[in-house]
Amino acid sequence: MSTRIFGSGIKRREDPRLITGEARYTDDIKLPGVLHMAVVRSPYAHANIVSIDSSAAAAMDGVVAAYTSEDIGDGLAGLPTAWLIPDSDLKTPEHPALAKGKVRYVGDGVAIVLAEDRYTAQDAADAVEVEYEELPVVVDPEAAAQDGAPQLFDDVENNIAFTWVMGDKTASDGVFNTADVVVRDKIVQQRLLPTAMEPRSAMAQYNPATQELTLWCTSQNPHIHRFIISAVTGLNENKVRVIAPEVGGGFGSKIPCYPDEALVSWAAIKLGQPVKWTETRSENYQITIHGRDHIQYVEMAANRDGKLLGVRATVYAGMGGYLSTAAPGIPTILHGLLYVGPYTMDSVYCESIGVMTNATPTDAYRGAGRPEATFLLERMVDMVAKRIDMDPAELRRKNLIPAFEDGYEVATTLIYDSGDYPAAFEKAIGIAGYDDFRREQAEARAEGRYLGIGITAYTEMCGLGPSQVAGAVGFQGGLWESATVRVTPTGKVQALIGASPHGQGSETTLAQIIGDELGFPVDDIEVIHGDTTETPMGWGTYGSRTTPVTGAALAEASRKLKEKARVLAAHLMEAAVEDIEYDDGKFLVKGSPDNFQSIQDVALMAHLAWNMPEGMDPGFEESQFYDPPNFVYPFGTHIAIVEVDANTGDIELKRYIAVDDCGPQINPEIVAGQIHGGVVQGIAQALCEGVIYDDSGQLLTGTMMDYTMPRADMFPNFELGETVTPSPHHPIGVKGVGETGTIASTPTVYNAVLDALSPFGVEGIDMPMTPAKVWQAIQSA
Amino acid sequence: MWPNKFDYQRAESVDQALELIGDEGKFLAGGHSLLPVMKLRLSAPEQLVDIGRIDSLRGISANGGLTIGATATHAEIAASGDVQSMCGALADACGGVGDQAVRNFGTIGGNIAHADPASDPPTVLVACGASINIQGADGSRSVDAEAFFVDLFETDLDDGELITSVSLPNCSDCQCAYVKFPHPASRYAIVGVAVCLKMDGGTCAQADVAVGGATVKAVKCAGAEAALAGSTLDDAALNAAAEAVKADIADWLAGDVAYPESYRQQMAGVYLKRAVKAAAG
Amino acid sequence: MQISVTVNGVVQERDVDPRTLLVHFLREELDLTGTKIGCDTSQCGACTVHLDGKALKSCTLLAAQADGANVATIEGLAVDGEHHPMQTAFWENHGLQCGYCTPGMIMATTAFVKDNPGASEEAIRHNLEGNICRCTGYHNIVKAVKQVADAAAGGD
Repeated sequence: MSTRIFGSGIKRREDPRLITGEARYTDDIKLPGVLHMAVVRSPYAHANIVSIDSSAAAAMDGVVAAYTSEDIGDGLAGLPTAWLIPDSDLKTPEHPALAKGKVRYVGDGVAIVLAEDRYTAQDAADAVEVEYEELPVVVDPEAAAQDGAPQLFDDVENNIAFTWVMGDKTASDGVFNTADVVVRDKIVQQRLLPTAMEPRSAMAQYNPATQELTLWCTSQNPHIHRFIISAVTGLNENKVRVIAPEVGGGFGSKIPCYPDEALVSWAAIKLGQPVKWTETRSENYQITIHGRDHIQYVEMAANRDGKLLGVRATVYAGMGGYLSTAAPGIPTILHGLLYVGPYTMDSVYCESIGVMTNATPTDAYRGAGRPEATFLLERMVDMVAKRIDMDPAELRRKNLIPAFEDGYEVATTLIYDSGDYPAAFEKAIGIAGYDDFRREQAEARAEGRYLGIGITAYTEMCGLGPSQVAGAVGFQGGLWESATVRVTPTGKVQALIGASPHGQGSETTLAQIIGDELGFPVDDIEVIHGDTTETPMGWGTYGSRTTPVTGAALAEASRKLKEKARVLAAHLMEAAVEDIEYDDGKFLVKGSPDNFQSIQDVALMAHLAWNMPEGMDPGFEESQFYDPPNFVYPFGTHIAIVEVDANTGDIELKRYIAVDDCGPQINPEIVAGQIHGGVVQGIAQALCEGVIYDDSGQLLTGTMMDYTMPRADMFPNFELGETVTPSPHHPIGVKGVGETGTIASTPTVYNAVLDALSPFGVEGIDMPMTPAKVWQAIQSA
Repeated sequence: MWPNKFDYQRAESVDQALELIGDEGKFLAGGHSLLPVMKLRLSAPEQLVDIGRIDSLRGISANGGLTIGATATHAEIAASGDVQSMCGALADACGGVGDQAVRNFGTIGGNIAHADPASDPPTVLVACGASINIQGADGSRSVDAEAFFVDLFETDLDDGELITSVSLPNCSDCQCAYVKFPHPASRYAIVGVAVCLKMDGGTCAQADVAVGGATVKAVKCAGAEAALAGSTLDDAALNAAAEAVKADIADWLAGDVAYPESYRQQMAGVYLKRAVKAAAG
Repeated sequence: MQISVTVNGVVQERDVDPRTLLVHFLREELDLTGTKIGCDTSQCGACTVHLDGKALKSCTLLAAQADGANVATIEGLAVDGEHHPMQTAFWENHGLQCGYCTPGMIMATTAFVKDNPGASEEAIRHNLEGNICRCTGYHNIVKAVKQVADAAAGGD
C-alpha cells in the first residue's frame, strides 16, 4: 500500500477518542483532594472597591479559604502585555490578577474562594460582601478617547494606550486631494464573543518535593503560558509544566494568559492542594476576551475610470479594561498591513488608536485585525463601484494584482509570496453564474423580491511569521516552531511539536506530511503536543501557522532523517550513497529492485548501531527549528447570494461560494472543514453576532439566550472551489487556511445584503444586520 | 451554573403535593422553565415539590373538548393526533417551543405557570379560549386563559396552588394556526400570533386572535378579530386586521435593545397576516 | 438524597445533594465526562443524553428527577467496540473538529434519526437548532446525519 497520502482526505486520526467521549479536556481531569475555585466578580463596570468582607464565606461548611488582592500581596505579579508595538507611545497599565482598589469592567475579579466542591464554591463567592463606590462608565472607544471621558487609569491619559501610524500622511493626503472620487464611511466592527464551545478551565497542582507546578489549562500555546506563569509566580520556568490536554476550540480566546490561570497556580502553591477552576458560559462571556470592537472612519480614493488609488482610515480600537496579552498588535500590525488587499493600490494610511474602556479586554479573535481590514476594503470597493456606476465585479477585476509566483511588494511594505488572484476570482464568478444572477435579480425585483449578490476578493497574511519581523514589531517572542521526529526501534513514529492544535486536525495533517516525506504509514505516526515537558519549544497554534510553520519544521526534520537513512541504507547494502534510490518507504540500490532496506529496517539498525558508517551517530531521531523567511499569503474570492424579506427584514442566505487558494492541500477534507467553519463565523458577524453593552457597562448579551450563535438552519450547503498556487519559500508550498473563511465572509454577505437593498437606497446598516435593523433601514431609507 | 440549595420532595398525588408545598416552595414538573432561572440564580426557592410522577397530571384526553394534563410535555402535545385535529394551533405552538430536547421534557403546566411572555403555548391558549384548571388547599377552580395571564411572569395562581390541567374547546370545525418569528438566539417568540377562524363558506364568521412575544403577556386582540369577522379574508381585510392588531397590543408592548417594541408591534401585523393565511390554508 | 439511576445499563446508586444537576451527576459522580457543558441556559446541547430513550439536555434536569430512569450517554453508544453508525458517519464525513460539541451532537441526532428515518436536509438542519457547534459550520454535521438518516430509511 502506498503511503503517498499528501493530498488525500483521509479520516482524522484524533476522531476516535472524540466521537466516543473518551477524550479528556481540562475539566474532565480529576485529581484527588482537588479544591474548586470560584471568583467573586465585579457587578459594576467601573467602581472603587470600598471594602471586601469574606468572613461569612470563609466560615461556610466546605470552604477552605477566601482571598483578596491584599492576601496575595506580591505573591503574583501583574499579567504582562506581550505585544509592545513600537513608536506608538504604548502604555501598559498594571493588570493585577485580582483588582486592587478599583474594578474596570463587569467581571473583573475581586476575590477568590476555595471549596471542596464547585457548588459550595459558588455559594461562598455569592456570600462575599463587597462594597463598591460606582464611577462613571465609558464603553465606546471613540467616546473614551475624548477629553472629559471617565479615566480608567491615572497614567493613561484620555484612555489612549497607543497611537499607531502606518504610511505617509502627506503623500496620502496628496492622493486623496487629487482623486476623481473619494468615498467614505463610518464602519463599526462590533464586539464579538469567541465562544469556543469548551469554556476555559485551569487546574494547578504543586509538588513541594520537587517544587514543581503543573498547570492543566485550556491553552492554544502552553509554552507561552509556561513563560507567563513563571513570570507572575516567580517560579523558575523549568519548574513549571503546562499541559494543554484536549482543548475544545480557541479562535484566539485561549491565547492569552488570564488572571484565572495565575490564581489557581498561586492558590495551589499556597494551600498545597490541587485547585481547579472552570468558567461557566456566563463567566466566559464576561471575562474571556472579546474580538473586534473597532470604530473606523474609512475613505477610499479612485479615478472615475475605476482605478483604485488609495485607502486611509482612523481606527478607534476598544481594548477593554486591561491590555490583554497580544491586544496592541491586533488593530495595528495585523490590521493596517492588510490595507492593500489583493489590489494594485499604491497609497495606504492608517492611524489606529487603542483605547481603554470599561468593557471586557479584547484580543485576537479568529482573523484578528485582518477581517476588520478586509471588511473596510471590500466595503469601500463596493461604494466606489456604486459611485462611478461600475459593476462591482468589474471594478475588482480591473484592480486585481496580476498573477505572480515569487514575491510582490505592496505599499504596506509586505512582500506577498505568490498569488493568482484573477484565477480564483474568475473561478468564483463562474461557479456563481454572476451574469445570469444579475438577470435573475432584475426579474425578482420586478416581482417585489429582493435578491442581492456580494463579492469579496481577499488575500491575507498568516503562517506567523519571521521572528525578525516579530521582533521588529514588538512581539515579545519568536514566531518559529520546532519539531522532533523520533522513530522507535520497531519503526513507529513520535512527532513532538511545540505548537498546540485544538481542533484543527493537525494530528492528521502533520502525520500526512511525515508519512509523505518518510514513507511511514500514517497510522504509525503519533503527533504529540500540548505538554511543555514532553514537547520541544514552540509558540503555539494561532494565526493559521501550525501547518505552514510546524509543518515545515516536520518536513525538514523528516528530510534530515531521510538523508541519514539513505546513507545508512547504502552502508548496510554495501552500495554507494549515490546509487541509492528512494521509493515510498524503501531505499533501493539502483538497478536491483529486490535489494532494498525499508525505512523500518533502517530505523532498527540505527537504534542497534551494530554496523554504522564512519562518523554516523546512533539513533533515529531528528529535530528542526524552522523560522519562516516570510509570511504566507492565501487568497481567494467569496460570493454570497441573499434574499431579503422586506416585510420583516429577515435575510435568507441562498448560496455561498468560496474559492480559496492555500497552496497544495495536504488533506482537502480538513481544508474544507476549516473553510466551512470560518465562513460561518464570519457570516455570523454580518448577520447575527454582536455584543451589546448598556451605558453602565452591563453586558446585555450575557448568555446564549441573547447572544446569537449561528445555527445550522441559517445556512445552505457551501459551494467550495480551489486554485493551487504554492508558496515559493515554503518547503512543501503550503499556506494557512484557518482564518480565510472568517476574513472573507463578513464583507461578502454584508455587500450582498446591501446589494439586495439597493432599490430602497439603503446606504449602510450596522452589523449585525438583524431583521430589526434591516427592516428599520428599509423604513428610514 | 447551578442552583442554590433547596429541599426536595417528591409527591405521589396532587393532595400530597398540596400538603407538602411550603410558603417558599415551588412545584417542579419537567423543570425546563424553572431550572434555567434557578441555575442563573435569578430564582432561589427553598423547596421544590416534584410533581413529575403524579399519574393524574399526565396525559391528553379528548372528550368533546381537550383536556391536557399539566405534566404533558410539549413533544407529546405536538405529536398528539387529538390535539392536531382539535386545536392544530396548539400543536404548532408546542412543536416550536425551544428545541426537540426541551420539548421532550418541558411541560405545559410548567410553561404556563412560568408565564414567559415570549413563550408560545400561552398565545394559543388565549386565542382558543382555553381554561386553566387549578387546585389549591381550598379546592379547585378554573380560570380562562385570558384572565390567567396577568402580566410579565405573573399569573392568577396563588401561592400553593397547582395547575392540574388545561381544557380547550373542540376546535375541529375551526381553522387555526400559530405562527411565530423566533428570536434567533433563544428561539422564544419575538412575535407569535395565534388565530382561530370559524368559516362559513368563504366568509369568516368568527375570528379569535392572540399575540405573544411582542407583549408582556398573551393578549387577545378584539380589533383584529372584528376586522376579520365577516370578511372573506381578502387583502383589504387582512390589511385592516394587521393595522388593528398593532392597536390591540399597543398598551402591552414588550421589547429589548435588539428587537424593540416598535419593531415587534409592526411584526405583529405581518405575522397576523401570515397566521391567517396559514389557518385558512 | 438517595437515588438510583441506570446509566448505560449499569445501576448506579448514590447519595446526592438534591440540587445536583444530572450532568454533574454523570460527570462528577460517575466520571462519565464525555457529556459536556457548553452553556448555562439550555441552548448549546453539549450535555445531550438520552433519558428513557429521549434526547435530554442533562443540564436542565436534577439528578433526583432521573431517579429510577434509564440514562444513555456517549460512552454507552458503541456496542462491543463497534461505533454506532452516527459515530462512524461523523468520523467519515469530518463532522467534528475540536470535538467538544460532538457527544451532544451525536446523542441528539441518534435520537432524531431513530424517530425520523429518511429525514430531509432541511429537517436535519432545523432539528440541529438545539445543538451549537463553533468549528464545523455545520456543513459536514448535516452530511453525516443525512448519511445515517438515509441508511435508516433503507437507502444506501
